[in-house]
Parts: sequence; C-alpha cells; structure tokens
Amino acid sequence: MYNFEFVKPASVADAVAALGEEDAQALGGGQTLIPTLKQRLAAPSKLVSLSGIAEMKGVSAADGVLSVGGATTHGTVAAEAGAYPALADLASHIGDPAVRNRGTIGGSLANNDPSACYPSAALASGATIVTNAREIAADDYFQGMFTTALEEGEIITAVKFPIPEAANYQKFLQPASRFALVGVFVAKYADGVRVAVTGASEDGVFRWSEAEAALSKEFRGDALMDLKVDPANMIGDLHGTKEYRAHLVGVLTKRAVVAAG
Amino acid sequence: MTQVSMTVNGKAVSGDVEGRTLLSSFLRDKLGMTGTHVGCDTSQCGACVVHVDGAAVKSCTMLALEAEGASVDTIEGQAAADGSLNAIQQAFQDHHGLQCGFCTPGMVMSAAALLKENPKPSESDVREYLEGNICRCTGYHNIVKAIMAASGQDVSAIAAE
Repeated sequence: MYNFEFVKPASVADAVAALGEEDAQALGGGQTLIPTLKQRLAAPSKLVSLSGIAEMKGVSAADGVLSVGGATTHGTVAAEAGAYPALADLASHIGDPAVRNRGTIGGSLANNDPSACYPSAALASGATIVTNAREIAADDYFQGMFTTALEEGEIITAVKFPIPEAANYQKFLQPASRFALVGVFVAKYADGVRVAVTGASEDGVFRWSEAEAALSKEFRGDALMDLKVDPANMIGDLHGTKEYRAHLVGVLTKRAVVAAG
Repeated sequence: MTQVSMTVNGKAVSGDVEGRTLLSSFLRDKLGMTGTHVGCDTSQCGACVVHVDGAAVKSCTMLALEAEGASVDTIEGQAAADGSLNAIQQAFQDHHGLQCGFCTPGMVMSAAALLKENPKPSESDVREYLEGNICRCTGYHNIVKAIMAASGQDVSAIAAE
C-alpha cells in the first residue's frame, strides 16, 4: 500500500478539519478500506481515523428510537442494541468476530457496498443518517452501488433507527465471501411495512414496494404469493444468475415475515 | 516516521512506524515476534488474530498507529514463563488440533477470545466463532474438539471423523 499520513483526532470538529485537506480520507474500522489500500485501489495522502472520537461511539434507546454512534463497532451493536433485536442480530452475523470488533456502522453505510448488511436495515427502518453537517433520510441517502448522499469530508456521526413493532433480517450467504448474496430486512411499523433488499440489485440496496404494499395489508408470508421480482436489474455473476437472485428476494422476504411473526 | 507505543504481552514496547505500517508488520518486523502469522494478508484467513484491549482483531487489517496506547496480546504471551502451555494450547496438542501449524496462532487466539465470552460453548458455537479462521489441514474437527476440551467439557463422545 502507498504510504500516507495518519491522524487520530479526538473530536468530530477536529476530524472534519483534518478531512478538509485534499486527498484526505476518513478511516472507520478499516475492514474494507485497508484491504482496498493494500491493492493500491486508493491513495489518500492522509487517513483520518474516527476510532478515537468518544462522542461517536455507543448505543442508546429513547422514545422509540435506537441511536448508534457512527464509530460503533458491529460487535458493540450486537451486544448492546437489545432494544432493536433484529438489528442486533444482523450486526452479530456480519463478517466474523474479529471483523466485528473493528468494523463500524458508519464505515459500512459510508461505503454502501451493494452486498453489505447494514444498508438494508437503515433503509427498511426509515433510519436517519446523522452527519457533522445535517440529517439525511435513508430514502435519500442510498444512491446506488458505493454511492451515497455524503459530500466530500462529511462524517456519519450517528444513525437513528425508529424501533419497529416487529422486524427480521434474512441473509443468504455467498459461501466464499460470507457477504450477503441476497439479504432482506423487513420492518413492520404502525403506519406500514418496509422491505429493503441488499446484495441483489445493480442499483444497490432498494425497497421492494410491491411487497411493502401487500404486507401492509396483511402481514403474512402468503401475502407475497403472487408477487414476482423483475430480474432485469438484478446482479448476475458466477455466484448466481439474475433470475436466481430475483427468486431469492421473494423467498427471503417470506422467511423474514414468518420469522418476524 | 512516527513513534508508536503499546503494551505487548504485558511489556511496554515502542518503535518508529509509517502511517501504512500494519499491526502485524510491527509485531513481526519491528519486534521480531513472528508467532503472529500472516497467511492471506487480505483479512480472510485469521492466522494473524491477536487481542487488542481484550478484543480479537485481524492484525493484518489494523494499522499499528491505531494500537497506540493499547494492550496487545499475542500467541507468544499464551504459555507460562517456564514454557508450559496454557489450557487451549495443551488441548490442541492433546487432540491433534494442528497439522502444519500455520493457522494455529490465530486459532488459539480466537479460541481464547471465545472462551472469555462464552466459557462453555456448544460445538456449533465454536464452529460459528471460527468462521474467520481458515485451516487447510485438519478439516477443523480436532480444532473444535480441542477448544471444547479446553473449556472443560467432555469430548469423548465427539468422534474424530
């Protein structure tokens, strides 16, 4: 990997200032960025670690909303997000234990890998992405594979999840990478059901609106019986065809509804 | 170069590193502690697992400077000062939990993290926890058996398949 200057500020303000430099880049847990740097796919002049910022760490629940600091690791979410069990369960199955001890929710959402788990939870929960500058609704935040509403140098300081009445995440593992070949997060709120799908689409995480409409009328697996997902925009590769992924979306959504109860 | 200081196996250490220096490189190349192995260097295999402030991490996917001030535990600190093996290491020997031994440092460190969190894991707990540790020799069976034995559970019923 090319060399870079490393800084570890202790506050969001200092991190934002450090990121003002051209070619500076934020470093969350590094579980994606460090392998990327090793392959020389990125060459920042300066890495700004967010791991020393206490105000960006931790999980808390109040008034039906679970707040997670942007620099909180998957392992901490798994252990401390008991107020939103489906989210804690999702976090407890990302990568492996050593990855979960470093990788962060802010890093995952900022990267927006099309096969990452967290984007589906944020989108299905109608979460709010809080940055140093503003609050972004999940519906506006995700803008396609590896693309988000974040501006250069903008940092995710927290994510606020409205806690649903019932929810579940179902992941079908790509057996080599252990990322989601397809993952579906279903969340049922008083005003309707939201379904978000990761891993499947060329456009990144997306909401399956037909399923949401059917499940909002009737929250049962059988409500999805007549629905089909169009394979046109699905990812097709050696791990699965477009048609296979489209089929998995239906199967996993049904499983998630049954598991959510 | 920047100076980094940390505690490794209870001993204060420091050295000059670049921004890009990985924790695994610091341990192996600067401190000469080559017990921590680098297998894949792409965060897949887990041979480089060490504990940083008590948490298992892949030292090939963490910058040395991120460990400034941290307490790091490696495979070299697992045995007692007189060389006698700890319970996990002894169980790996007793149950043939290694063949070539390359993955073993990471396996032992992951096992130690698991048993701290979950002192009496089930067989499936062990297999799930080792998801990020790859072994190309043993087929895992004896590794799982060794970790179960190290946790004080009776493994006589677990056949060596």
